[in-house]
Amino acid sequence: MNPINFVILAAILFSIGSAAVLLRRNAIVAFMGVELMLNAANLALVAFSRIHGQLDGQVMAFFVMVVAAAEVVVGLAIIIAVFRARQTISLDEPAELKG
Amino acid sequence: MVSPVLFWVVAALTVIPSLSLIFARKAVHIAMSIVCVMVGLAVAYVGLDAPFLGVVQIVVYTGAVMMLFLFVLMLVGVDQRESLKETITGQRWIAFFAAGGMAVLLISIIGRVTIAPQEGQVGNPEEIALVLFGQYVLVMEVLGTLLITAAVGALIMTHTPRLTPRKTQADVQAARVLAGADPVNKPMPGVFARHNALDAPALDPEGKPIDHSVSRVLEIRHQTAEADEFRARLESTANPEDRQRPHGAPSGDADDRSGTRGRSDEEGAK
Repeated sequence: MNPINFVILAAILFSIGSAAVLLRRNAIVAFMGVELMLNAANLALVAFSRIHGQLDGQVMAFFVMVVAAAEVVVGLAIIIAVFRARQTISLDEPAELKG
Repeated sequence: MVSPVLFWVVAALTVIPSLSLIFARKAVHIAMSIVCVMVGLAVAYVGLDAPFLGVVQIVVYTGAVMMLFLFVLMLVGVDQRESLKETITGQRWIAFFAAGGMAVLLISIIGRVTIAPQEGQVGNPEEIALVLFGQYVLVMEVLGTLLITAAVGALIMTHTPRLTPRKTQADVQAARVLAGADPVNKPMPGVFARHNALDAPALDPEGKPIDHSVSRVLEIRHQTAEADEFRARLESTANPEDRQRPHGAPSGDADDRSGTRGRSDEEGAK
């Protein structure tokens, strides 16, 4: 089976993740959607690495994982700070920047 | 070539749980299904000749990131309900349309691509180490800095400064006195009374019972000696040595004293 099928699988997962980000109001669930999108990109990178027989895709996927770990830490800290300030993690509530 | 069985197992293991992101209600259920997706992706990486990345996926995503999500869910409170009221009208259908359109677009383009797979030696962790610490060594250093910055940033963002000064013991006592409380301890029950049982109220220097010296619990259970009853009991059983004490019960006249003595003698005989 051609490894390009894994790229199609990655496209499906990416779409599901983006639908979650667009649909859900719970900040943590939307954040999990972002994680799923990052993982789908990783899967595409690894599949391309396999297709081309080169290591660069795997190295890029590794870097994406490290950056995603850092992003999760900061993002969850922001969610906790917002929750402490207003006792909710709904994405619709904070509207301070509204004109 | 990748085995079709592996592909379909991985596809089922990732797509079906990830649909919970859209349809599941509880955040904890979603987190657990995302853990399942991460494990499925790790299997895919191992199947795609990337065992190092598969192990890293398990350790970093299922081990660290998703557990962090669960911890934050615990801190925030598991039953944070989402409001189902739409703030933008038709947002649900717009989102479904946008995500579905993107899926169709990506799949139709990828489906037309033909890339002949080239057989190369990939997946040896030693080769990855050579590339990471040779060609990309500067990126590795920058990533180390990024991780430290992220950790410090998370600490700063979740740190709450103390807004009020810490209360000392002297402050607590001053607040008590200001609120009208007695600055000293309450009198113990029975201290100046004829007997030291807990149900008998203490007597003040003038010989009056102090009601609040008896525990409130005993009052609620009706196990105390009532103040009047106690005074009566005190006067009926008074013996002459106590009359001479300066803080004893109020003194009566000589006739009364002899009468009480006789009565107490009778009680002693019984």
